[in-house]
Amino acid sequence: MYPIVKKEKLADKIFLMDVKAPRVAKSCEPGQFVIVKIDEEGERIPLTICDYDREAGTVTIVFQTVGASTERMQYLEIGDFFGDFVGPLGCASELVGADIEELKKKKIVFIAGGVGTAPVYPQVKWLHEHGVPCDVIMGSKTKDLLILVDEMKKVAANLYVTTDDGSYGFHGMGTNQLQALVDAGKSYDHCVAIGPMIMMKFVCLLTKELHIPTIVSMNPIMVDGTGMCGACRLTVGGEVKFACVDGPEFDGHLVDFDQAMKRQQIYKTEEGRAMLKLQEGDTHHGGCGHCEGEN
Amino acid sequence: MDILHKVPVREQKPQERAKNFEEVCLGYNEAEAVSESERCLNCKNAQCVKGCPVAIDIPAFISEIKNGDFEKAYEVISASSALPAVCGRVCPQESQCEGKCIRGIKGEPVSIGKLERFTADWARENGVAPKGVEEKNGKKVAVIGSGPAGLTCAGDLARLGYDVTIFEALHEAGGVLSYGIPEFRLPKQDVVAKEVENVKALGVKIETNVVIGKATTIDELMEEEGYEAVFIGSGAGLPRFMGIPGEQANGVFSANEFLTRNNLMKAFREEYDTPIMKGKKVAVVGGGNVAMDAARTALRLGAQVHIVYRRSEAELPARVEEVHHAKEEGIIFDLLTNPTEILVDENGWVKGMKCIRMELGEPDASGRRSPVEIKGSEFEIELDTVIMSLGTSPNPLISSTTEGLETNRRKCIVAQEANGATSKAGVFAGGDAVTGAATVILAMGAGKAAAKGIHEYLTNQK
Repeated sequence: MYPIVKKEKLADKIFLMDVKAPRVAKSCEPGQFVIVKIDEEGERIPLTICDYDREAGTVTIVFQTVGASTERMQYLEIGDFFGDFVGPLGCASELVGADIEELKKKKIVFIAGGVGTAPVYPQVKWLHEHGVPCDVIMGSKTKDLLILVDEMKKVAANLYVTTDDGSYGFHGMGTNQLQALVDAGKSYDHCVAIGPMIMMKFVCLLTKELHIPTIVSMNPIMVDGTGMCGACRLTVGGEVKFACVDGPEFDGHLVDFDQAMKRQQIYKTEEGRAMLKLQEGDTHHGGCGHCEGEN
Repeated sequence: MDILHKVPVREQKPQERAKNFEEVCLGYNEAEAVSESERCLNCKNAQCVKGCPVAIDIPAFISEIKNGDFEKAYEVISASSALPAVCGRVCPQESQCEGKCIRGIKGEPVSIGKLERFTADWARENGVAPKGVEEKNGKKVAVIGSGPAGLTCAGDLARLGYDVTIFEALHEAGGVLSYGIPEFRLPKQDVVAKEVENVKALGVKIETNVVIGKATTIDELMEEEGYEAVFIGSGAGLPRFMGIPGEQANGVFSANEFLTRNNLMKAFREEYDTPIMKGKKVAVVGGGNVAMDAARTALRLGAQVHIVYRRSEAELPARVEEVHHAKEEGIIFDLLTNPTEILVDENGWVKGMKCIRMELGEPDASGRRSPVEIKGSEFEIELDTVIMSLGTSPNPLISSTTEGLETNRRKCIVAQEANGATSKAGVFAGGDAVTGAATVILAMGAGKAAAKGIHEYLTNQK
C-alpha cells in the first residue's frame, strides 16, 4: 500500500499528489513514469513523474480525471492509499546524463500543454539545479486550467504562458508563441514538447520547419508498462517501438502522430466510450482540454 | 471397470461454457479418483517419473489414492512440486508423464494429471498445506518474478531454510498463471492465489510492484540489500508481431495484451474498470496454448473466432486437450493458412485480413514440415479484431542492467541446465527468460534445478 502524503487541486479536474513509494523515489529520474492502480478493481494508469524527494521517499504525480479510475482517484485524501504504485518505468530524459557543459551551450526551449506541464517541470527543475538555463512555453485552454505556474517561474529562465482564449498571458497556442519568439529574434537548438498528441504533432511540424531538433514524450495506451503487452507500440522512423521500454521520449520529427492518435481511440468506442470521454485517454500526462474534438 | 480407458472426467457442456468463464473441467470426485488410481500398475521402474520435469514420485502418490489416504498423496506430491493444483490443470501430460505410461501402450494411459489435480484440490478443500521448516539458515536469496519458475525455486529454497524474497513487477503474484492462463482453465482465486499462499506459508516473502532493472538492480540487491544469491525467473516478455502491413491498426492486439486485460485486469467482470475490445469476428494468429486461450476468451466475450495457423493440425503446438476443447466450443480452425496483410478501413480500424493457403514441404531444423505458400491462393476474410499469438522475445530489462550477465543470440539469458548457473557468480536463471516461451512445468523444472544449484553454491562458498 502506498499512502498519499500531500494532495492539492491544481485546476478543475487536475490533481497533484505526493505518494510515499521509497523504492521509486530512490531511483527515478525526470522523464520516467509510474503506473498507479487505485484498488483491486482499478485500471493501471501510467503517469509521468512530476517530482520526487529521495529523502522523504515520495513521488509527485499529477493527473486529470478522464476515465473511470482517475474519476475515483480524485476522492482519495491525505492518509488514503493507492493499492499499487510501480516504477520508475521507461527511460530517463536524454538530458539527464548528458554532459552538463554541452547542455549549457545549448539554447533549450520546453513547450508544455495542459497536464503535460507536470512532466516538463522536473526536467526544467533538474536543468536549473545543474546550472542550465532554459525557456519554457506553457499553455492551456483557459486561465483556470493553468497549473504549476509559480513553480515553473522559479526554475525557468524565461517563462511564456499562453491561453487559447487569451484569458491569461499570450493569446494563442504554444506553437504561435514559439513562432512569435523566433520572429522576434530568439533562436533555439533543442526543443522538448510534452502535452496532448495533437499539440505535439503541431509543435513538431513547426520545429521541423524551424530546424529545431525536438523530443516528445508519448502517452499511448498501456497495460503493464514493462514491455509485455505491446499495447503502447508506435511507429518511429518507420520502426515499431514500445513506448514503455523504448520511450516514453522519442525524436518528435520521426513519430507517426496520425497513427498514434488513431491508436488512442481504441477504447473510446465500445464500452470505453463512456469512460474515456475527454479528448485524452486514460494515459500518462495526457489531456489539456486544448484540443477537444480535433482528432 | 474398463481397464483400457481412463475414468471419464466431468466437464461443463460446450454450449454452456462457451458463454461463461467458469472452469471447463470439473475434475474427479473421490470415487472417480480411487477408481482411476486402480488402473496404475505401480511399475518398479516407473517411466512416468522420468517424463516429469520435477520428478514427482507418481506411483507413490497414486498408491496413496488407492489406499484412500489423500493427505499422504498430497505430501508425496508436494515434496517435489510447489504447484500441484496448477500442474494438474495445465501440464502437457500427453507428452510427459502420461506419454510414458505403460498402460498407454495398449489403451489409454493412467490419467495422472487429473489425479494430481484431484489430490491438490482435495488438500485445499480440506485445509491441508505444505509444511515449512522451523530452522532458518539466515541466508538471503532474491527471486525475480513470481511465475512458475520463481515460485518453485522460492518454495524449494525456503524448505532448505533460506530467507527468500520474491520481487514481482506486476501488482499480483503468479506471473503467467495470473496474467496469461484464463480463469476457465485455471481459476485465479481458488487455485493460483491458494498455491501462492502455500508458497508463502513456507516462509517466502513476496514484494509486488518492484521492477528489477528499474527500481533496483541485481547488483544493488547483492551489494546493498544483502542477498547472497539471485534467481532470475522473469519470463519471456516482449510480444512478437508478424511485420505485415496493417499490424498497427486499431483492433490488432498481442495475445499478451488481450489476455492480460481479461485475466489479470478482469475485464470480463462488470465491477472492474478495465476496458477490452469485444470483437464480433476475431482471428487469432498462431497455434500454441496461448492462441487457444486467446481464442476461447474472445469466444466467451461473444465473438465468432477463427484460429489461423500456417501448418496443419498435427503440428499445432497446443495441448491436445486445449485443441479439443476449442473445437467443441465452436472455434473455427483455418489451418495451412498464413496472413499476408491486415486490411484497414479509412478510420484506421481492422476490417479484414488477406491470407494465403499453405502446403507442407520438407521438414525443417525443428523436424516439423515447413509450410510453403501455394501461389495464387490468396483470399480475404472479414474481421474486426486480430490477435497475434506468435510467441515472445526476452525482455532486456534485466540483462541490460546486470553487469556480466551473458545472453545468447536470441537475447535469452545463458544458464546451465543442470543447476541454473549463469555467467555471473551467485546469479542463477531459469524458465522462459532462459529458454524463450515454453511451458509452466518446464519453468518449474528449471526453478527446481536452480534451487539445488543455489543451495550447492551457498553451501560450498564458505
